[in-house]
Amino acid sequence: MKFQPIDQAAAALGAEKRAAVQAGSKAGHEKRTKLLFEHYSDPDRLRRLAGEIKQHAIENLDSYLPAAEARLLANGAKVHWAATAGDACAAVLGILRSRGATKLVKAKTMVSEEIELAAFLEKHGIECLETDLGEFIVQLDGDHPSHIIKPILHKNRRQIAESFERHGLGTYDDTPEEITRRARRFLRHKYLEADAGLTGANFVVAESGRIVVVTNEGNSRFCLAATRCHIVLAGIEKIVPRDRDLGPLLNLLARSGTAQQLTVYTEFISGPRSPSQPDGPDEMHVIFVDNGRSEVLAGDCRDILRCIRCGACLNVCPVYRQAGGHAYRSVYPGPVGAVLSPLMLGGRFSEKADLPKASSLCGACNEVCPVNIPIPDLLLRLRARAQREGISSPGVPPFGAWSVLASRPAAWRAALIAGRAIDHIPTRLLPVPALRAWENTRTLPPWRGGEFRRWWEKRRKR
Amino acid sequence: MRSSEPVARAGRVQLMATCLCDAFYDDVAAATVQVLEHLGCEVEFPAGQTCCGQPAFNAGDWPASRRVVRHAVRTFRGDAPIIVPSGSCAAMLFHGALLEFEGEPDRPEVEALGRRVRELGDFIVNGLGVKSWPGRYERTVAFHRSCHTRGTESSPAAAALLRSIQGLRLVDFEEGEQCCGFGGTFSVGFPNISSSMGNLKLGHVRAARPDALVSGDMSCLMHLGGLAEKAGEPLPMFHLAQVLRDALANGGLLP
Repeated sequence: MKFQPIDQAAAALGAEKRAAVQAGSKAGHEKRTKLLFEHYSDPDRLRRLAGEIKQHAIENLDSYLPAAEARLLANGAKVHWAATAGDACAAVLGILRSRGATKLVKAKTMVSEEIELAAFLEKHGIECLETDLGEFIVQLDGDHPSHIIKPILHKNRRQIAESFERHGLGTYDDTPEEITRRARRFLRHKYLEADAGLTGANFVVAESGRIVVVTNEGNSRFCLAATRCHIVLAGIEKIVPRDRDLGPLLNLLARSGTAQQLTVYTEFISGPRSPSQPDGPDEMHVIFVDNGRSEVLAGDCRDILRCIRCGACLNVCPVYRQAGGHAYRSVYPGPVGAVLSPLMLGGRFSEKADLPKASSLCGACNEVCPVNIPIPDLLLRLRARAQREGISSPGVPPFGAWSVLASRPAAWRAALIAGRAIDHIPTRLLPVPALRAWENTRTLPPWRGGEFRRWWEKRRKR
Repeated sequence: MRSSEPVARAGRVQLMATCLCDAFYDDVAAATVQVLEHLGCEVEFPAGQTCCGQPAFNAGDWPASRRVVRHAVRTFRGDAPIIVPSGSCAAMLFHGALLEFEGEPDRPEVEALGRRVRELGDFIVNGLGVKSWPGRYERTVAFHRSCHTRGTESSPAAAALLRSIQGLRLVDFEEGEQCCGFGGTFSVGFPNISSSMGNLKLGHVRAARPDALVSGDMSCLMHLGGLAEKAGEPLPMFHLAQVLRDALANGGLLP
């Protein structure tokens, strides 16, 4: 029997991986909820406010993006515009080549994953080193992140210790402190050798040109402070209008993502080193990446561009917990990825049209989203789009005949009586895949079609 | 947040029995009638009713779903509240239908239908202002909050009613906010994930050692009950309406 790809991936996921994903996401969700409700009497109001700020920002990008560009230029930064992933990669390479740079240290940024920057640079002879611990481990293993903010949620420390041993970072030792110490020892001098550092941006403020980067490991600070050239990759939807908008957003981001009041590092970078500053990069480049975003903005699912990449919807999602991030075959997994990933494919939507189906529409994602994105509604819109475009969907029964039946009362009542047959035929022999899928793990209750109506009539006549 | 506007007194109401009760769970629909009549409501059952349209809506077949919603608009005429013993079908009509009728000329009628729809527990507590339930029910009960009642007053209402019943002990269980895994067509398109989610839920419920699992949605219970029975470890499951009705019966309060 053919089922949905994500269901098959979940079935094939090893017990160890599933346990790691379940434990990690459950703990993340529970800590988030506890902290948010301890700190705020009405976190939902804050979520709605933050959602309105971001919605306003994305709906007015046409004025905020030029404003941000003007501020950045005035602050001494250079601004680049990349319409596609290829343009963004080329922009990074161009900057590096213009400086004769061959070594890049990079902090964690999902946009760089999205445009497959590391592979591109390696192909062009640039050493591109991940410095976020999780991403560093992903890079060592030739793996892919399975979570937006916890890239190695699918791994346990035994697997990491084995990988370190394989890659010559010392003999097997799975104590977390030792793993961190070894990574740090390896990475520390790499910062000093590097020619340029690359970070993402959690927010870009239009009025001030301030780039905001939040991290917990301090690696992004090294990337941008220890090298002479700082490159920022930012999706165009990262814009917020004013510095003061950062208040609610930063408070929600840290609590939603990692259950922290504030991340360990929150960096505000307005430009390259000024003449009065002894240290810091001489050059700062900000690359604004579109890569399908303006097309998303033009459609009826634009709310998804509010996303601030906290990962709370992944942590709470029962489907993500069963399937893990890799099942989504995308840089952005989980509920947000199920909306964003197919949308960003533009005309190739059909390749990932199954992702929006991977949800029981339970709404937990919307309930935890720090910017209140109505993810279930967006999933439903994308399901309707897949149907409109005639994209087939394994395991899901068609509804045309049913809708005719359900709009003709006489036919409906007849079907309620005829349905009794289901109690008397071996359903596993029926050529109805949906019924068999149900009965593999569940029984059907006895058919009682029309019984209530009989009860009702009898009672009325009394 | 959506909750019933308080109504002055119990009056005429229309029952939307739901297709699941029409086909499988007649006693739930009957219990809903008995509970509403106990509260003094005059219950009508528009016989032409079929389904709320949700199965096709969730599957993405919005034209098919709209056909069924339009039928519901034609069937449930008038201005009486429409009482549904299901948070899921209620949410379909006050939320889902609005989404699929965006840009349709008859959206105002669909909106008007949605405004009349009330989930049973929410209607009793917030619509009629009934805060406690008479009768007796000597059982330990776990309450499963169905997902379509997120952000509504339905689950707090149901829990408050259950808690108020003499003899009934309500127990909490782990991860109560998590979905049971049913999800309509999700249950057959993703049978593996759906069943795993259901088994997690059953495990948490069983750990609280209730005599029965109660919910305001039979779809969740059909899935969970089916899993439990297939595994050879059935767990008694009841709709909120059945518990309320049985409490009345145990207290000698039913005619």
